[in-house]
Amino acid sequence: MSLLSNTTVLLGKELRTEFRSRELLTTTVVFILMIIVLFSFTFDPTYTESRRFGPGLLWLAFLFAASLMLQPCFLREQNNDTLSALRLSVGDPFAIFLAKLAANTLFLLFTELLMLPVFAILYNVPVLRVFGQLVLVFFLGSLGVSIAGTALSAISAQARMRELLLPLLLLPILTPVLVASTQVTAGLLDPSPFIEWQGIGFLVVFDVVFLTALWLFGEYLLEE
Amino acid sequence: MKKQVLAAAVVFFLVGAAAYGAFFVAPTERTMGPIQRIFYLHVSSAWTGLTAFFVCFVANLLYVFRRQPQWDWLSVSAAEVGLVFTSVVLVTGPIWAHPVWGIWWTWDARLTSTFILWLLYACFLLLRTLVEEPDRRMLFSALFGIFAFIDVPLVFGSIRWWRTQHPQPVVMGGSGSGLDPTMWKVLFFSWFAMLALMALLIRARYMMESARGALETLRQESEAV
Repeated sequence: MSLLSNTTVLLGKELRTEFRSRELLTTTVVFILMIIVLFSFTFDPTYTESRRFGPGLLWLAFLFAASLMLQPCFLREQNNDTLSALRLSVGDPFAIFLAKLAANTLFLLFTELLMLPVFAILYNVPVLRVFGQLVLVFFLGSLGVSIAGTALSAISAQARMRELLLPLLLLPILTPVLVASTQVTAGLLDPSPFIEWQGIGFLVVFDVVFLTALWLFGEYLLEE
Repeated sequence: MKKQVLAAAVVFFLVGAAAYGAFFVAPTERTMGPIQRIFYLHVSSAWTGLTAFFVCFVANLLYVFRRQPQWDWLSVSAAEVGLVFTSVVLVTGPIWAHPVWGIWWTWDARLTSTFILWLLYACFLLLRTLVEEPDRRMLFSALFGIFAFIDVPLVFGSIRWWRTQHPQPVVMGGSGSGLDPTMWKVLFFSWFAMLALMALLIRARYMMESARGALETLRQESEAV
């Protein structure tokens, strides 16, 4: 019970911090927008081609954005010297991770959903008919990205070259998420859309495996 | 010192014998011809690389729970040696693929996963150079090593299920199905030789790392005085 209540309080704190400045969300939105536009120069985004490349491109944009968005997650605590206070006040350090990864998932999901109509218009892909399923994939994918990313940002916050290090550690770990989410999204954006449950199941497995690993090893990541 | 030289001589002999086996004992493959003999180096290196990464994973776990620097030394040694063997796989693969398949590289499950594996452990070693404080470096790299190793089956699964549009490679389809018994023997002997080489290299690298650790302690002590 205390894990849940601690997490809720901490999640409230994360959300408040972000919504006071909204720095993270605005920069990420602009970043994704820029990648989507820049990608259009690397190939001719005609109707059929955009269907083939669209899903992968979208997920690459999300992944790159996430690897930048997750940087301040622990860095902010470190700069303000608030991490030890957090650790002292919360019995189970897993609550700190849970709150942070929940907040990151929400931020990512929010920016992704904000970008979806833009992507649909620019690349001429109908998304409304599969909106519910897309939200499911976006949620499971973002959850996976946030679980691994929150854990690794605790590492990169304490290293040199941290801006480069986090993407380096995170992106290869996220290969399975990229492959599975792209595959499911591609199915949904197909002219005759279908949902690939195998991919959904795979994303759930990834999330559960990494959440368990974080639960087992998270406390060591926060050691002084 | 003498023991090390002796061990090196034994390993040298084993690897030489494996090469002899690959060239002169194993029968020539019917369709691919002599080029297929690279198989004994390629596959045995792949298995040995995976073994080294497994050693690294176990050492990482032991470090997290026991906090003895020895486990960190073992993990970095195993990761580096594993990376070397995986590099051998990634280099011999295209050499073999080009004459047989007509292309240097195909984005097949095994190739791609091996590449990602290589990247993961390259990042593992990179991370170690970027964290200053020794205790923190050991702990963080151990934790990343654990995450990376857990990720390997997921990487392989995802790529295997969705990214393999190509037909399965002829030789390795169905885990070496239809391999001649002599070929199996030579392959296992090559693997054994490679494992011996791996152990020798890990040991040498471990000695170096332990000397480095001792030096670091001495330096800290002298600064404290």
